[in-house]
Amino acid sequence: MPTNSKPTTDVKLSCRNVWKVYGKNPARFFDGTKGNLGDDAAAHAHAQEIRDSGHIVASANVSFDVHVGEIFVIMGLSGSGKSTMVRCLSRLVEPTAGEILLDGNNLLSADPKALIEFRRHKMGMVFQNFGLMPHLNVLDNVAFPLELQGIALKKRRAKAQEVINLVGLEGREASFPRQLSGGQQQRVGIARSLCVDPELWFLDEPFSALDPLIRRQMQDEFLRLQRDLNKSIVFITHDFLEALRIADRMAIMRDGHVVQIGRPVDLILNPADDYVRDFTNDVPWEMVLTAGDIADPARGFAPGMGRIGADTKLDLLLPYLAEHEAGVMVKDAEGRDLGAINARAVVKALATGMTDQAGIEP
Amino acid sequence: MSRLLNRPALVWGALAALSLALYLLRGQLPALVTYPQSWVLSPTAPMNAAMSAFVAAFGPTFRFFGWLLEFPVSAAQMVLQALPWSVIAAFFVLLGMVASGWRLASFIAASLLYMAVIGYWEESMNTLAIVLISVPMALLLGFAVGVLGFYSDRARRVIMPTLDILQTVPAFAYLLPILILFGFGTTVGLVASVLYAFSPMVRNTILGLRAVPPQVIEAGLMSGATPAQLFWKVRVPGAQNQMLLGVNQTTMASLSMVIIAAIIGGTDDIGWEVISSMRKAQFGESLLAGFVIALMAMALDRTTFAFAKRDRFTTQEAAGPNLWVIGAGVLGALLLLSFVVPPLAQWPEPWVFYPADAMNEALRSFILTWREAIETIKNTAFFFVMLPIKIGLQQAVSPFTWGFAMTPALVAAYAALVAAGAIWAFVKSHHTLAAMLLLWGVVSYIGLTNMPWPALFAILVYTAYVTAGARLALGAAIGLGFLLLAGIWPQTVLSLYLCGVAVLICFVLGTGLGIWASESETVSAVLRPVMDTLQTMPVFVILIPFVMVFKIGEFTALLAVIAYAIVPAIRYTEHGLRNLPRDVTEAAEAIGTTRWQLLYKVKLPLALPAIMLGLNQTIIYGIGMLVIAALVGTNGLGQQIYIGLGDGDFGVGMTAGIGMAVIAMVADRITQAISRRKQEQYGLASEFI
Ligand SMILES: Nc1ncnc2c1ncn2[C@@H]1O[C@H](COP(=O)(O)OP(=O)(O)O)[C@@H](O)[C@H]1O
Ligand SMILES: [Mg+2]
Repeated sequence: MPTNSKPTTDVKLSCRNVWKVYGKNPARFFDGTKGNLGDDAAAHAHAQEIRDSGHIVASANVSFDVHVGEIFVIMGLSGSGKSTMVRCLSRLVEPTAGEILLDGNNLLSADPKALIEFRRHKMGMVFQNFGLMPHLNVLDNVAFPLELQGIALKKRRAKAQEVINLVGLEGREASFPRQLSGGQQQRVGIARSLCVDPELWFLDEPFSALDPLIRRQMQDEFLRLQRDLNKSIVFITHDFLEALRIADRMAIMRDGHVVQIGRPVDLILNPADDYVRDFTNDVPWEMVLTAGDIADPARGFAPGMGRIGADTKLDLLLPYLAEHEAGVMVKDAEGRDLGAINARAVVKALATGMTDQAGIEP
Repeated sequence: MSRLLNRPALVWGALAALSLALYLLRGQLPALVTYPQSWVLSPTAPMNAAMSAFVAAFGPTFRFFGWLLEFPVSAAQMVLQALPWSVIAAFFVLLGMVASGWRLASFIAASLLYMAVIGYWEESMNTLAIVLISVPMALLLGFAVGVLGFYSDRARRVIMPTLDILQTVPAFAYLLPILILFGFGTTVGLVASVLYAFSPMVRNTILGLRAVPPQVIEAGLMSGATPAQLFWKVRVPGAQNQMLLGVNQTTMASLSMVIIAAIIGGTDDIGWEVISSMRKAQFGESLLAGFVIALMAMALDRTTFAFAKRDRFTTQEAAGPNLWVIGAGVLGALLLLSFVVPPLAQWPEPWVFYPADAMNEALRSFILTWREAIETIKNTAFFFVMLPIKIGLQQAVSPFTWGFAMTPALVAAYAALVAAGAIWAFVKSHHTLAAMLLLWGVVSYIGLTNMPWPALFAILVYTAYVTAGARLALGAAIGLGFLLLAGIWPQTVLSLYLCGVAVLICFVLGTGLGIWASESETVSAVLRPVMDTLQTMPVFVILIPFVMVFKIGEFTALLAVIAYAIVPAIRYTEHGLRNLPRDVTEAAEAIGTTRWQLLYKVKLPLALPAIMLGLNQTIIYGIGMLVIAALVGTNGLGQQIYIGLGDGDFGVGMTAGIGMAVIAMVADRITQAISRRKQEQYGLASEFI
């Protein structure tokens, strides 16, 4: 799906060799290492050693960057350490080792007061089971973060009303959470997290508790919101298709380790191992491949061709190509022609994907 | 040794043999039948000495606090007396209206009107005043302790067992040390009621705070809450519903303790009316006053419960403030009006309707008419059920009671019968059952109070061992050993006997009713309000009708205990049967079970953990009521507590109180263990219990 404002390459949040170990005395495994053990193999060995001693390694040696304006998705099966990771980023969970840099400053050295300030002004978070205050109505739930900051009633309600309109809940201000459907409750959760205009937006499986149809609708609205808001986002999901639909880049986690990081298409074209390949196997290719991926520079513009953005997913192109024999010209963000594609090229690309997956040697 | 202990058939058989042998050797070894007086190491003297020393050191401090505490109570009493009755009544009616609606409001109106009409307004307000002062104190204390227990694991490890003890030591035993420390006065009732009533608030506070979902806490943190904000704006509101249930339970406990505390006298409240008229055998009076208590209890219960269960978080706010404004207006108007219209200020004397004499007359003629029937019921139960258990068949069977004597031939026949039963069970390879049959035969013959103490001691400890394990057995041995040493073993056995009979009847009758109620909506609908009433009623009041008809005595006490303790047996059985996992019962129905098969082969076994929990509650209730029942003439630990209370003898009263707590705790752990084992065995989640 196309986005207007592309992520920049400025790093907003950076995570370096973060470990979270549960158990009796986790700190003893990281004397002076800052979590950095050199290479990946060493980290795996160390994690195994920690597990053997009866501790639980929830996340191990996790490193990634989140760029300004980017949707960074963390994907993995349940228990793979996603929630732990996102909680380390907001320090709801204290990492056992490693570094977390927010705008280049070490978040882990922030004292409780500074941390509260960070949460009040820089971060917003959305939870899988919504985490709404059962005793507050929609308006006051959304205004809750502002209430904690001591902002006057009128002012905070006005601000909350704005965000409520943004998420499409106008009219339900006086309802209490238990009177709302799951989708509506999550809209409240989203509105609350946006109320303080955070720069960083954490979403821990925000749509996993919803019915599939609602989920799809919420994903679309989420993307629409992000087009306007341009936040730096860490989005957690266990649903690979959701990740594909939403991610600018994604990390795949397994047993606390990051297995692979990259754009969705990179992961699909070059899965790092069988674990990743298992996810990518049943992916509908047309949902992943973009026009830019298969544009053929050798084919120039021909009369009757339309023009299309490079990041248009193939599934959106199919109806057009079915009707237009000549194909379509792909242009990049600056409007330069990258090359044309036609129905045949698309079929070929999709077929190649299948061939790869079927394990047929070329 | 432990291999042997784990073969119940052998052990039960050995215990039967031991009982019989010691009993037969009672001439030669009297010390092994009746615990000899010379072995008693009574703790009462040192306890009294310690208490005296304590009072000498801290008495003035306590008395000072007692003196301080008089003020809020007398202030509240003064306010309630000074305000026109109509204003007070209107206030509570409005409260009922806000809490739940016009039905509760009219119930409250009727109750208050009753208090005024009957002429007990002043006494009722005096009782209410103590409750109104003690409840906030208990709530505050309970909340503070609960919060401490929530945040500190170490504190909780101290708090929880302390609460257990506070709730199992009979309420009367509290009164004694408080009486000694604070001296006579309303303070005793207040302090006792705070101590008795704060524990439900502690439990509910901890429960509520723990139940706030972690995601709500995280959402609060991510909204930028400081620790104080997190507590007051996230945790406390999240725990609000549970804590309001605590308010309900605390209020009820407070009222019941205030009533109980009236027994020490000197107060002009409704509890004292009941007790003094009961002592004077004025049943009409005591019933009229008892009714006030019952109504007050029900009104308080319904109101606080409605507040707890009110669906606050779905109603829109707009209607709220208006109602308060209207209410204030009504109260103000009434207050002004009562200056002009005196009957609104004070209920006029001529309007009082006090039918005590007529009721006494009616009762007298009722008893005269039904004398035969009443005597027959009483004697039958006493001679054929209670007495045999108490003193055994060997003594209970006499020409005077059963119409014939226990001749050697009859004894032989009895022995043969028991032996035949045991042999039959043994042949069917129910070895444990066979041994238990033997034991049962021996105990029935000897009688509980005549049982040689080493044998009874061993039987009780071994019961604890097979049901709940070595640790409880050790605890039981220590507790029972204390009772032996303290010289109150005979009273303990008497309490065991009365409580045991009551519990047995409750269990059989209550489980039966519970099964019936689970199968029939009509029965369930009829039983529910009766049980609600019995449970909210302060225990004294339950005594009244039984004493009226059957006079003072063990049988009356038994009935009162049963009336009170049967409720949980019914409740838990019905609840357990009705809340079984649906898939299991549906699967059984799909296989084609008949209704009876479904009940006996599927539902009852699965509901057993719940039924055992009901038994547990029945025992706790029974023991609690035992002390109250001692008021109407039973011997045993309950009476011992009264003796202590009457003589101001701390040691005697406290020892007996500890004795009851020991029995209660051991019985509690045993039944809990059985319930838990069944539950685990079936792999049932506790939500079905
Ligand atoms: N408080 C905790 N104590 C012990 N183990 C924990 C705790 N929280 C999470 N874990 C463990 O850490 C692992 C990762 O959990 P989590 O981050 O919740 O996974 P995910 O969100 O990917 O499902 C799991 O094995 C979980 O059992
Ligand atoms: Mg998770």
